[in-house]
Amino acid sequence: MVSNYRIQGATGEWEVVIGLEVHAQITSHSKLFSGASTEFGQEPNCNVSLVDAAMPGMLPVVNGECLRQAVRTGLALNAQINRWSRFDRKNYFYADLPQGYQISQLFHPIVGEGEIEVSLDEKDPEGTVKTIGIERIHVEQDAGKLMHDQHPTMSYVDLNRCGVALMEIVSRPDMGSPLEAGAYVRKLRSILRYVGSCDGNMEQGSMRADVNVSVRKPGEELGTRTETKNVNSIRFIQQVVETEARRQVDLIEDGGTVVQETRLFDPDKGETRSMRSKEDAHDYRYFPDPDLLPIELSEEFVAEARASLPELPDAKRHRYENALGLSAYNAAVLTAEAETARWFEKLAAESAKKQGKPESDVAKAAANWLISDLFGGLNKLGVDLDSSPVSAAQGAELLALVADGTLSGPLAKQVFEIMLETGDDPEKIVEEKGLKQTSDTGAIEAVIADILAANSDKVEEYRGGKDKLFGFFVGQTMKAMQGKANPKVVNELLRKALG
Amino acid sequence: MTDITDLGVADIRDGFRGGAFSAREVADAFNDAVAGSDALNCFIVKTPEKALEAADEADRALAAGDAKPLSGVPLGIKDLFCTKGVQSTAASHILEGFVPPYESTVSGNLLEAGAGMLGKLNMDQFAMGSSNETSHFGNVVSPWRRNDGGNTPMSPGGSSGGTSSAIAAHIVPAATGTDTGGSIRQPAAFTGICGMKPTYGRCSRYGMVAFASSLDQAGPMARSVKDCAILLEAMAGHDAKDTTSLKEPVPNWEAGLNGDLKGKTIGIPKEYRVDNMPEEIDALWKQGVEWMRDAGAEIVDVSLPHTKYALPAYYIIAPAEASANLSRYDGVRYGLRETPDGANLQDMYAATRAAGFGDEVKRRVMIGTYVLSAGFYDAYFTQATKVRTLIARDFDSAWESCDYLLTPTAPSAAFGLGDLSDDPIAMYLNDVFTVPSSLAGLPAIAVPGGLDHQGLPLGLQVIGKALDEQGVMNAGLAMEERAGFTARAEKWW
Repeated sequence: MVSNYRIQGATGEWEVVIGLEVHAQITSHSKLFSGASTEFGQEPNCNVSLVDAAMPGMLPVVNGECLRQAVRTGLALNAQINRWSRFDRKNYFYADLPQGYQISQLFHPIVGEGEIEVSLDEKDPEGTVKTIGIERIHVEQDAGKLMHDQHPTMSYVDLNRCGVALMEIVSRPDMGSPLEAGAYVRKLRSILRYVGSCDGNMEQGSMRADVNVSVRKPGEELGTRTETKNVNSIRFIQQVVETEARRQVDLIEDGGTVVQETRLFDPDKGETRSMRSKEDAHDYRYFPDPDLLPIELSEEFVAEARASLPELPDAKRHRYENALGLSAYNAAVLTAEAETARWFEKLAAESAKKQGKPESDVAKAAANWLISDLFGGLNKLGVDLDSSPVSAAQGAELLALVADGTLSGPLAKQVFEIMLETGDDPEKIVEEKGLKQTSDTGAIEAVIADILAANSDKVEEYRGGKDKLFGFFVGQTMKAMQGKANPKVVNELLRKALG
Repeated sequence: MTDITDLGVADIRDGFRGGAFSAREVADAFNDAVAGSDALNCFIVKTPEKALEAADEADRALAAGDAKPLSGVPLGIKDLFCTKGVQSTAASHILEGFVPPYESTVSGNLLEAGAGMLGKLNMDQFAMGSSNETSHFGNVVSPWRRNDGGNTPMSPGGSSGGTSSAIAAHIVPAATGTDTGGSIRQPAAFTGICGMKPTYGRCSRYGMVAFASSLDQAGPMARSVKDCAILLEAMAGHDAKDTTSLKEPVPNWEAGLNGDLKGKTIGIPKEYRVDNMPEEIDALWKQGVEWMRDAGAEIVDVSLPHTKYALPAYYIIAPAEASANLSRYDGVRYGLRETPDGANLQDMYAATRAAGFGDEVKRRVMIGTYVLSAGFYDAYFTQATKVRTLIARDFDSAWESCDYLLTPTAPSAAFGLGDLSDDPIAMYLNDVFTVPSSLAGLPAIAVPGGLDHQGLPLGLQVIGKALDEQGVMNAGLAMEERAGFTARAEKWW
């Protein structure tokens, strides 16, 4: 599917071609080739082994868990798992790279071609789906960090991050708009988090992207691309695509040519600037790392990795729609994040148990409550689902109280407000605040009689044909009942009384 | 009573256990020998206190009835091995003053087995060299001299030249060497001792300063095949810290020694007959064939057709790996750091590495960088890798008709220090017989065979199948028994 996103230039319309290299930090306790911890936020140089510091004679020993996570990720992206792969050395000098080379995989990556389906319209997740190709995933070491602000003339080196395992997930140049690039990264992030191979935390740098952009007139050959390095949010990725495509179009239309180069994004100015051109590019002199044996994966290893995968977002979304009867939109919202889906599934299961009904009967109400009430409430509190003061079990209890008629919709909202504030169980709140809905016809009838008597003029008007006054009487009755009257009963009794 | 310093590993071990002398007496004797050996320049660091400490522990252990396999035996350790708390430099300026907070697996295994350490042995810088003239700490001088009455200082071979010289001079009973393309075997041949390069992966490379990772292999050097067997048994074994170390049990090689070669076939590779090889070496080789036959072996001619490509392939692969392995010496974290006025990071790298590496190291780093460069990679590195596969295949087909190969160890006897130092190619040719088995990762032993007309030792090499160290040592033993090599350098230092 070709994107209809176009840059309007002086000479006509331009297409944008985007490919992304996403670096995702693999979730693991220790580094790719050493036993040092990967914990974030430690004091500088606390998580550094002799291997990480590249002391003489130290040797890398591969962390099998990191390879397993890469394989699981590959399987989740429907990708080819290469049963034979190998690590290579990528040679360059920098103070944050103690070995003088990064151990990576150029020639034989562990994961080959795959693809993911991306929804381009949140409101209509089934309607506009695009398939983005994955070219490969390889595993490599992260570098350390230089600190330039600690001393007037010297730079400090922190090797805590040095040697942490990364997956580099390389897409095909299949994206044609900022929207598609954003949707791709969002979906990729979602899958990684489902799989548990990366926490997807872009602020902490556990996921970042190199953005390759080129422009061309529709139907023409691919243009020269630039690569903007280390972009660390979806918004920035989209901004890079927009500004870089615009820059290239302007450049070409002014008679210039795009040079293949590496660029940096400046989020403050919202623009990219040249870092180094192809001529200055490093010659990395890749060659197979002789310290490490080739990685040979057995059929059983791959089968076990496959069996360990959870239900993935697309499959889950389809199940929510087909088996639980949710709307496509709700299903998409609930499955976008693994945490949301987990929360929802607990809520639905608890609801089914409490109400003695199959999940398919309670799922819809649960989904609606979660998406509108709970998300709304959490949003106001400024917390995410993980820190919700209301648990899934409490939510299910609240839904059960509505289902059995104990609470009206408005009462349920009141109770929920209190739950958000106090974290108390809904039953306790109902009990203590006396918020139970009443269907006591005698009490309601008495109130109605009083209201009709006090508003005889309006009663006349209503009976004279002014139908919409019915709402006024409902309102007055509910008010007099402090909102606790069952609205259905009030309606029935009012109609009878007004004749 | 014989001088203790004339004893080898087995003799010391047995004499110590039998109460003929204490470990302390042994350590004292060798410490004295070491102290009096400065003219040979075998040591970069002497550690008499370490030798004494281990000796006292050995004496205590023996008294308590739990002497270990190498209790009472003091050894030299090549400076390529990192030794905890003792300066380890790989004979380079860039690591001068570097004291590792860790112990290499091989030296650790030896100390664990009860051995003591007399000191860190000089060597060619980063194990790059065949004459021990590239050390930052000066040339090592061989105890051997030509019988021409002149006093030309002779090369002990390299890169394990401190090791070979010290053993030949009876300054240490035995020591560790390392072999990348012949660095154990060629110095052994030059100094009339034994040196064993085991199968690649037998000994862990953990803590051994890397030269060319796919070739580097530690091994024992001593004055007898039996001593090599004893030492190798202690050095070898799988190590989880080195992925390339072999998950194989370590046999009891000493107990398995047997010089009877009945039923064995020795292959004589015709490609090892090179131009300009001295007649005497050819004669010794023929003599070796006779010894083998006498030991019961059958002799066959074999062909290793790709032999002539081995040296060029080696001098691509080894420098390529070295160019990356030596990148870590950048002045940032340890070792030498040179910061000229106003230096930025690049300037610091350049100044540090210019001052810290010797010429031969720089030459190999540059060759390695070149052969891995864009546009040259396929022509050099890929091609060399293919040659390596063909060399290994040559050996595989040879094993269809024989059990071991017998070859000269080096194409010449020792040369005078300085004779080849201006001609790197001539120097590299020293490895012509040792490099093929290194490329194939095979075990090989160098055993002294006799003296040439100048009175300098010549050696023969036995190459065997992967993991057949026992067979290789047995064939070496058969030769040793028949050669009866007892010549030793007259003490002049």
